[in-house]
Amino acid sequence: MTKKKKKQSVIPGFSMSLGLTLSYLTLIVLAPLSMLFIRAAGLNVSEIKHILLSERTLSAFALSFGASLIAALINCIFGFIVAWVLVRYTFPGKGFFDAFVDLPFALPTAVAGISLTSLYMTSGWIGRYFHILGIKVAYTRLGIIVALTFIGLPFVVRTLQPVLSDMDKQAEEAAVSLGASRWKTFIHVILPEISPALLTGFALALARAIGEYGSVVFISGNMPNRTEIVPLLIMTRLEEYDYSGATVIAAFMLIVSFLLLLMINFLQGWGQRFQEAEKL
Amino acid sequence: MKDYSSKNEDVPVRLKTHPLTEFWPIRLLLTAVAFIFLGLFLIMPLVIVFYNAIAEGFIAFKNVITNSEALSSIRLTLIVIGLAVPLNIVFGILAAWAVTKFSFRGKQILISFIDLPLTVSPVISGTVFILIFGLHGVLGEWLNSIHVKIVFAVPGIVLATIFVTLPYVARELIPLMQAQGSSDEEAAVTLGASGWKTFFKITLPNIKWGLFYGVILCTARAIGEFGAVSVVSGHIRGKTVTMPLEVEILYNEYNFSAAFSIASLLALLSLAAMGLKKLTQYKTEKVALEHEKFLNITGV
Repeated sequence: MTKKKKKQSVIPGFSMSLGLTLSYLTLIVLAPLSMLFIRAAGLNVSEIKHILLSERTLSAFALSFGASLIAALINCIFGFIVAWVLVRYTFPGKGFFDAFVDLPFALPTAVAGISLTSLYMTSGWIGRYFHILGIKVAYTRLGIIVALTFIGLPFVVRTLQPVLSDMDKQAEEAAVSLGASRWKTFIHVILPEISPALLTGFALALARAIGEYGSVVFISGNMPNRTEIVPLLIMTRLEEYDYSGATVIAAFMLIVSFLLLLMINFLQGWGQRFQEAEKL
Repeated sequence: MKDYSSKNEDVPVRLKTHPLTEFWPIRLLLTAVAFIFLGLFLIMPLVIVFYNAIAEGFIAFKNVITNSEALSSIRLTLIVIGLAVPLNIVFGILAAWAVTKFSFRGKQILISFIDLPLTVSPVISGTVFILIFGLHGVLGEWLNSIHVKIVFAVPGIVLATIFVTLPYVARELIPLMQAQGSSDEEAAVTLGASGWKTFFKITLPNIKWGLFYGVILCTARAIGEFGAVSVVSGHIRGKTVTMPLEVEILYNEYNFSAAFSIASLLALLSLAAMGLKKLTQYKTEKVALEHEKFLNITGV
């Protein structure tokens, strides 16, 4: 079927556009990335094990995953509230707030990093109130979570918004007319309908957070074994000319990113099928 | 009496049904939570950038952004976007053309590969170029023998930026061109227009706002890219330092107000990008609306 269509197309430029696309993509992305695996494969197993199972690597991975998971969960809760308020309610300045949600996409990560650090350090505008409570935010793991929450927020809000605004109100009306309370309607009618989008947003925020470097490196304090995230560890290894160490950690992280990408694709496909099924 | 009241029992039931929105205190509470969250996480970080930038007065701010190192970082950032963005525009258009105008095997895989740089950590994007062009890299010795420097020099910064910003234009164009279909182009070609003429007269006017939006995203990312560029830059002041790297260096020297001055320029650029995004959204909605009207008139 695909072959038939290709022959039917009268539009020129197939071989040129596809050929150039593939060459450029191979040269810039695929060949460089495969270098990582070629180099990692050149190392022997005990070396790879030694690098991956060292205390410093393990604690960096635990921190990166832990902090990213917590940040993505925070974004699921607050991102949902933000999306809900922006879609369902009307209030002055709504367009302004809506536009602002994109800020973490647009603001360079280094700028976000230094501004969050200066806000949350013990003398900062927000940090001083945490300081009174005896909580240190900047230069601790909590600071890392703050930075990762900042960069992940738009992913959750922007995946939820279209689903919330397209949602059919009939199901809600039916639930209400059958005597369900608002809370019951939310749990049994609204939540199931938005859960694929919520999961997609969660996975997108998680994937972004795991690889994030710029906004975290300023606020994290960068103490080995305590506040050192994986991207920073790779950076440190490169600066020490420990290319094997950097390669193995980067290759492992890349595999994790691929798995997350697969999961996101699956979730998006599920969400689409889910919505189409709802419309029938 | 008793009979009367029992007969009317189903009347209050209707009054009991819950409204379609939340009880007003809950509504107020949710709105307040959203405001506070956005305030703490989005608005305050932006405000403090500008506050710290002019904390030491406007003259200090002007001195920072006009000193030679700041100017050279601005120049380098301009060079990098001048090279990376046009290349990725051409790639994005070619990729979207190939993907949306023809059908072939492995199309879905190609689309995922185009998206790949978005999932790769920026630090890893930089690392791969060190592994190839670094002194201990695959091509390192050869490059050294012919005295060509790629990493820890401008070419490496450009390469890393191209890598990171590669998907943005293609990602905007592919869904747009898919939705528009190929019938306009097919008609033009059948009537005898050349491929290039078809592209410039038919396709380009149709996709211009989507393309513009993709270019904004690509440029914004190219200006702000930090992780990948940081790995390959070598941080040689006045030579291989882009604007975000200048922010990092100044900040690490405890020269906070200077760091925030450069950062405020970057923040202004990202605000401009957000404004342009709103504009293109408005324009594309208008175009879609006019298209719909046109279809209604012609009765298609």
